[in-house]
Amino acid sequence: MKDKAKVTLDDFTPASENAWCPGCGNFGILKAVNQALVALELEPHRVLMVSGIGQAAKLPHYTRCNIFNGLHGRPLPAAIGAKTVNNALTVIAESGDGDAYGEGGNHFIHTMNRNPDITCLVHNNQVYGLTKGQASPTTDLGFTTKLNPEGAWTALHPLALAVAADCSFIARGFAGDPDYLAGLIAEAVRHPGFALVEVLQPCVSFNKKNTFQWYQERVYKVEEEEGYDPGDRAMAFALALEWGTRIPIGVIYRRERETFDEYLGTAGREPLVTAAPDPRRVKELFAEFA
Amino acid sequence: MAVDLNILIGGEAGQGVVSVGAVLGRAMVRGGYEVFADQDFESRIRGGHSFARVRVCDRPVDASRETADLVLALNAETVSLHLGEITPGGALIHSAGRNGAVSEGAPNRLDIPVHDIAIDAGGSPKMANTVATAAALGLLEYDFDILAGVLEHQYGRHGSAVVEANVKAARAGYDYARKHCPAGFKMRLKAGRPSGKLLLTGNEAVALGALAAGVGFVAGYPMTPSTPILEYLAGKGRDFSLPVIQAEDEIAAINMAVGAGYAGARAMTATSGGGFSLMTEGLALAGMTETPVVIVLGQRAGPATGLPTRTEQGELLYAIHAGHGEFPRAVLAPGNAQEGFRATVKAFNLAEKFQTPVIVATDHQMADSYYTVAPFDLEAVTLERGEWLCDQDADSQGADYKRYAFTDSGISPRALPGIHRALVSADSDEHSEAGHIIEDAATRRRMVEKRLRKQVGLAGEIAPPLSARVEGADYTLISWGSGNGPAMEASGMLTGRGHRINTLRFTELWPFPAERVRQELEKSGKSIVIESNATGQLARLIRAETGIQADIRVNRYDGRPLSAEYIVAQLEQEAGL
Ligand SMILES: Cc1ncc(C[n+]2csc(CCOP(=O)(O)OP(=O)(O)O)c2C)c(N)n1
Ligand code: SF4
Repeated sequence: MKDKAKVTLDDFTPASENAWCPGCGNFGILKAVNQALVALELEPHRVLMVSGIGQAAKLPHYTRCNIFNGLHGRPLPAAIGAKTVNNALTVIAESGDGDAYGEGGNHFIHTMNRNPDITCLVHNNQVYGLTKGQASPTTDLGFTTKLNPEGAWTALHPLALAVAADCSFIARGFAGDPDYLAGLIAEAVRHPGFALVEVLQPCVSFNKKNTFQWYQERVYKVEEEEGYDPGDRAMAFALALEWGTRIPIGVIYRRERETFDEYLGTAGREPLVTAAPDPRRVKELFAEFA
Repeated sequence: MAVDLNILIGGEAGQGVVSVGAVLGRAMVRGGYEVFADQDFESRIRGGHSFARVRVCDRPVDASRETADLVLALNAETVSLHLGEITPGGALIHSAGRNGAVSEGAPNRLDIPVHDIAIDAGGSPKMANTVATAAALGLLEYDFDILAGVLEHQYGRHGSAVVEANVKAARAGYDYARKHCPAGFKMRLKAGRPSGKLLLTGNEAVALGALAAGVGFVAGYPMTPSTPILEYLAGKGRDFSLPVIQAEDEIAAINMAVGAGYAGARAMTATSGGGFSLMTEGLALAGMTETPVVIVLGQRAGPATGLPTRTEQGELLYAIHAGHGEFPRAVLAPGNAQEGFRATVKAFNLAEKFQTPVIVATDHQMADSYYTVAPFDLEAVTLERGEWLCDQDADSQGADYKRYAFTDSGISPRALPGIHRALVSADSDEHSEAGHIIEDAATRRRMVEKRLRKQVGLAGEIAPPLSARVEGADYTLISWGSGNGPAMEASGMLTGRGHRINTLRFTELWPFPAERVRQELEKSGKSIVIESNATGQLARLIRAETGIQADIRVNRYDGRPLSAEYIVAQLEQEAGL
């Protein structure tokens, strides 16, 4: 199948009506995703977006590509399944903070460990949006919600967890700076192995604390800091824990590791789904049982 | 005289009773016999008591027998526990070594110092089992060369030195037994012409079925009794270009399989009740996204962790109902290795034809028992991949492709994401024909109906139960899965006692073949439903689907397999047959 000469933003005009709240940070992320796909010259049919459930997880419906919109917390396993049998697909998992770190926490840890060639975007609005504002694992300490009247009691640092799990690419972007975010996403997609891009995403309906302005006042780009080295794991760990008056964005950590498809022996091969199985091959196994 | 010989090997976990059983069984199959071998073990790695039974017949056999003609005791406990099971004229081979056991009461007894014999023959104490195995065959005067061939098969991968040492140890054990054969033991077994048949477990048959069906992706998390399926397939992974992933949990396993199924691979997972419970949300996901996936549910005694290494048919109704919401599925319940192979191939075909999950329900008894089968007919295996867009449409439709197009059959042609230009949009939310989220009532209603229409086509593919009828029967024995072998045998025993008996054996259970079952039951005598569970799930299903109430129920729920003796005893005690 010959690719088109040029991919443009028109190729990613939404396939369905958008149901996000006006002003939501998700719009900036959507813009960045489309820009990145154009920059990567990826035609829509080359891309598979796998998502869970939540506001973030609806993003694939608002662009144009192959979609597997699965279960809350489970995009990563589904993405691994699809990528393993068809390595020609560029696989991007779209997830919220509840999706990725809460319900999907176990998969998050083990997927980083496996290092499949998948990009994972976590829209971190520090709340559960779709279920109306409950605390998520990244909600700031003490933040009160109807379900957490005494204040949230969670202070997970997902990027630190990612550094500990030896995630081979870790970046953070901000929905208020889509152009910069697009660059991070493109880099993440190009990275061979599992690439985590967490995006600070203001939820204008349920998070009145971590607003555009709140983030704007705090974010800084790591590459503009002196002595910054994304290959330095100890430094990455320190950056991953930084959350207060300053919040780092940019590539936090990067290293090359054997990918899961290299380990499985599927890397560089024809997509497995194109093979035609032959039942008669089983005959060679009968001798084991004779 | 018909041959029906039962050998029981007992010992501690870790003493290798299962491999002794496998060697004996293989030796018998190579001599032209039909073998059924099962195992009884505790959920521990060392110690405790476990045993294997090898039943040897000159006709097909699918069930265990509760009496033994030869008991091979690798420890003292076997003697005390199984002495009473020895048939008149049978023998006890006592090879417990120095830890003596009271074995008065055995009809015939051979004490054999297996360790000393192994060492004297130049082997190691590890070969004591080989000595004991050979002793059993020595008593029967079975062909020694066959045993030597089986030992080569068993130990070949460890090198010829190991094979030779084992054969020498076996020779010594064999000769010792012949020399010291108790005078009262007259049973002999002559090897006949090899039949070319295979000896393999239900799990192995399922794994071979998956390979024959072209399985393209496996993800699982180990749980007894299905782990051997995953292990066997993992061992073939490189040769068959088959990715086999040990997932972090069953939730991941099924979601991986569904992801692979969406991308176009024949995907499967294998688990047991506890893992299946974790998978049920993913099962519903497959139902909603119309993704083919095969799930092997190896039942064991529940609830919760239950009796981890023991058998039960406790999840029939669960398999049929598992998962939230309403969606089509098939549930197959193979009862032996031959059926396990066929059911697995069929499961993949049904899953792809109807774009929906298919459950292959086995149980510990079927999964871990050894069966004798003719080599599977691979020419007869057809791969039915279901409906796909033609290449041209798959490329030209692009973003207009409707993954969930409304059709009369409920089946919408699939396309391969990433290979063709058609954009494939699958959604766990209720969706439009194009696969995008919707909420409107009319589309919802039509989508529900579209999915459920597939159930009609599926029902047409489900085989009715196997029926064996006699004129003017008084009773019909009804069974499913691994209960079929024992039920057939019980039918033979009851017939021998003058009863007229029909049998009705289910190997496929959902969609339930209600009409056929009603017809069968309307023209039989009293119905007796036999199951390895306490609540009578098949009986309940039959009543729900046909309105016919079982007259008598035979249930076993102590974790032990059904047997003809058990069934007949229950019928005599409870129903006065
Ligand atoms: C098994 C399961 N539990 C709970 C839910 C309900 N649910 C839907 S979305 C969601 C949280 C979404 O939060 P997040 O992932 O942060 O995404 P956001 O909506 O904020 O973008 C929850 C709890 C569900 N769909 N499935
Ligand atoms: S609820 Fe929050 S996250 Fe969801 S669309 Fe509205 S603003 Fe965005």
